[in-house]
Amino acid sequence: MTEQLIMLGLILAKLGLIFIVILTLAAYLVLAERKILARMQLRYGPNRVGPFGMLQPLSDLIKLLTKEDFLPAAADKWLFLIAPGLSALTALLTFAVIPFGPPLEIFGRTLPLVVIDLNIGLLYFLGLSSLAVYGMALGGWASNSKYALLGSIRGLSQLISYELSMGLAVVPVVMMARSFSLTEIVMAQAEIPYALLNPPAFLIFLISIVAESKRIPFDMPEAENELVAGFHTEYSGMRFGLFFVGEYINLIILGSMLTVLFLGGWHGPWLPGVVWFSLKVLAVCFFFIWVRASLPRLRYDQLMHFGWKVLLPLALLNALVTGAILLWIGQ
Amino acid sequence: MATWMFYILGAITVVATLLAITQRNPVHAVIYLVNSFFALALLFFLLGAPLVAAWEVIIYAGAIMVLFLFIIMMLEIAPGVEADRYGPNWLQWLPILLLAAALGICTLLLTGLDPVGSNGVPHWYASPRDFGYALFKEYALAIEVVSFQLLFAAVGAFYVGRPERKSKSPAGGDR
Repeated sequence: MTEQLIMLGLILAKLGLIFIVILTLAAYLVLAERKILARMQLRYGPNRVGPFGMLQPLSDLIKLLTKEDFLPAAADKWLFLIAPGLSALTALLTFAVIPFGPPLEIFGRTLPLVVIDLNIGLLYFLGLSSLAVYGMALGGWASNSKYALLGSIRGLSQLISYELSMGLAVVPVVMMARSFSLTEIVMAQAEIPYALLNPPAFLIFLISIVAESKRIPFDMPEAENELVAGFHTEYSGMRFGLFFVGEYINLIILGSMLTVLFLGGWHGPWLPGVVWFSLKVLAVCFFFIWVRASLPRLRYDQLMHFGWKVLLPLALLNALVTGAILLWIGQ
Repeated sequence: MATWMFYILGAITVVATLLAITQRNPVHAVIYLVNSFFALALLFFLLGAPLVAAWEVIIYAGAIMVLFLFIIMMLEIAPGVEADRYGPNWLQWLPILLLAAALGICTLLLTGLDPVGSNGVPHWYASPRDFGYALFKEYALAIEVVSFQLLFAAVGAFYVGRPERKSKSPAGGDR
């Protein structure tokens, strides 16, 4: 009985720790993005609140919480209220299957550093990432505003299109690791990360997740200078905050997935596994911010053409070739 | 315990599907349908087929229903202005809250029963690998036939939706 209680305590501690770390990281990612963007544009960025502006996320949080929570008169009330929660929840839930370190030994017990190691972990990620669309779509539709609706429609079509190539880019990884479990995929990359073994899949996945994260150059759903703010135009206060935080949690999740699937997860010399994992994830996040600072926005039709006519065939071809090579090696 | 959960989930699926076909607002109908797919996915999970459960969510709830939503929103079928005529529509939204609550409880029960997923493996449990072998070895022919049918449908859709020859607009320029 005590054994079970200790295990339960460890698991709960792990859950709480993950929750806090993810939320804090998301908040500070916002600050980091503003700082880095500012530096790349020869500005200073936020530097007033606390030393180096380190308390900026906290003051932003207080501001968002104390602002008026506005509900448009013609909005579809329930959907309008639920949508931001959906957006943040699907992002948070995804982290359940991501292994962020090798199994830990505590008091003679092994504690896997993953919330739950599903044997369909990869499919769980794909499922939740396709459900993440609903928060945005319903939010935009329920606002009953032209701009928000346009943003939602664009977002829907973009996410459906790029999800396909994202899913297909993962197929070679599954074939090489012979498993859907993310822990086993990381284990299979002990020697060489899949980014080196299969660069086309890596590149396709990278482009697709930038599109999935709805960021520049793929930020059609919230193109500021065309659609005011896109699908969250009508949102204010913490409801907007939930969309915003969801977006940054999503960034962390996508960075983690890229790390797990292609960059070898927690594997690396000298440093402990968790540190390597965090470093890789933060590097991917930095790359996302860098891309945002350097590239212009694509036009809507260019975006759809690129997704359907370039990325999708390439991903299919890549899956076919990888399968053929694996069969050839296996013989 | 599993039997009880089966009946609860089954009831949710039926009620959600009924609500989906009786709702006047198409977007609400879509949400009920998503709810029913979720219950179905949990049923599959309960019956020891996690792969099918995942596909149910990815393909039906995550792709097909999103496409439905996209079309509904693009054609603006949804009566958007109607919403505020009813005032705070608690009653209208009671069903979906109940459904969501029931689904949430079932999910909690499922994870509570078997938090690690190791001891509660039913004897008919189909791992992704077994499932794949069954699908592409034993039933390979059937799968091929079905996928050819999908190909025909795709070609047919392409034929029906081909750009008119006499129109001057660039082919494929419309979305």
